[in-house]
Amino acid sequence: MDQTSLSGGFCDPPHQAADAFRAVMQAIARPGTIYEISGAVPPSPLSVAAGTVIMTLCDPDTGVHLAGACDAPDLRDWITFHTGAPLVRAERAAFVVGPWHAIAVETLAIGTPDYPDRSATVIAEMPVLEATGATLRGPGIRDTACLNLPDRAAFQRNAALFPLGVDFIFTSTTHIAALPRSTKVS
Amino acid sequence: MDGTQDPDAARKAWLSVLAKADSQALRTLWNDAGFAPDHDVLRAPEIGAVMVRGRAGATGAPFNLGEMTVARASVRLASGAVGHGYVQGRCKDHALIAALIDALMQTDRSAFVEAALITPLRDAARARTASRAAKAAATRVDFFTVARGGD
Repeated sequence: MDQTSLSGGFCDPPHQAADAFRAVMQAIARPGTIYEISGAVPPSPLSVAAGTVIMTLCDPDTGVHLAGACDAPDLRDWITFHTGAPLVRAERAAFVVGPWHAIAVETLAIGTPDYPDRSATVIAEMPVLEATGATLRGPGIRDTACLNLPDRAAFQRNAALFPLGVDFIFTSTTHIAALPRSTKVS
Repeated sequence: MDGTQDPDAARKAWLSVLAKADSQALRTLWNDAGFAPDHDVLRAPEIGAVMVRGRAGATGAPFNLGEMTVARASVRLASGAVGHGYVQGRCKDHALIAALIDALMQTDRSAFVEAALITPLRDAARARTASRAAKAAATRVDFFTVARGGD
């Protein structure tokens, strides 16, 4: 196991995990709003924000799938050591991590009518997050919000599946924004 | 490897001694020994539960015996050696000291650490086992058949 896979965890787990959880919860409650999140320092190519989300939300019961460039040995070992989460294929994953273009959203779990929560959450790495581009409407947004989404059609198809569907968390350096399935994109 | 020797047997043995040691005795020995290596904490000490599995008669089908509380920690010394401590109970100091000792045992100071810490703990564990066995043996009832005299 390489040295970088063992370091970079939370140095003060109770407080850092609580702060990070609060940031994730706020981001999902206010779709399109960009929040700061930090604490974990994962090996490259994963961003601090994505690493912190994984440290906060993943445990041995949540399968993680690493897509595209994120499927690196260091990162696999880092996730295994710090969270104990099993690494699984995309269709069975509770969390899918990677750059947006490497994630095949159509293949992910969208839940069942009885258990819509049994769906995947996508943690998509973005070069930058800014409040421009696609217009968002829905719960948690007063009028409209804007976010530079990588692809509008995919999110419109996903929102049409409601109450099923996939939830998205976008990360870039130490920034996080979210797009739950309840948000309408135009 | 011919499949009969475990290359990690020595490390498993000292980790086993550390895991089962009395935490007060371990802390006393650690403080007396005066090892204070520079280290980074990779995983801060944390408490959790593990499922202990057993086999009836050591050969039957495995079953879940019950959960036990464990504490664990991981450290890295300045020299690069990584140590892990998994110990029984809820004592975080015990887990951290066990991780430090595991890391030190992988360095060139292993002989000193073995003599100062592992050997006394192993002897204490043996004495504990022997004293418990002796107490149990004292309650043993020997049944024997009195041969009745025949006519």
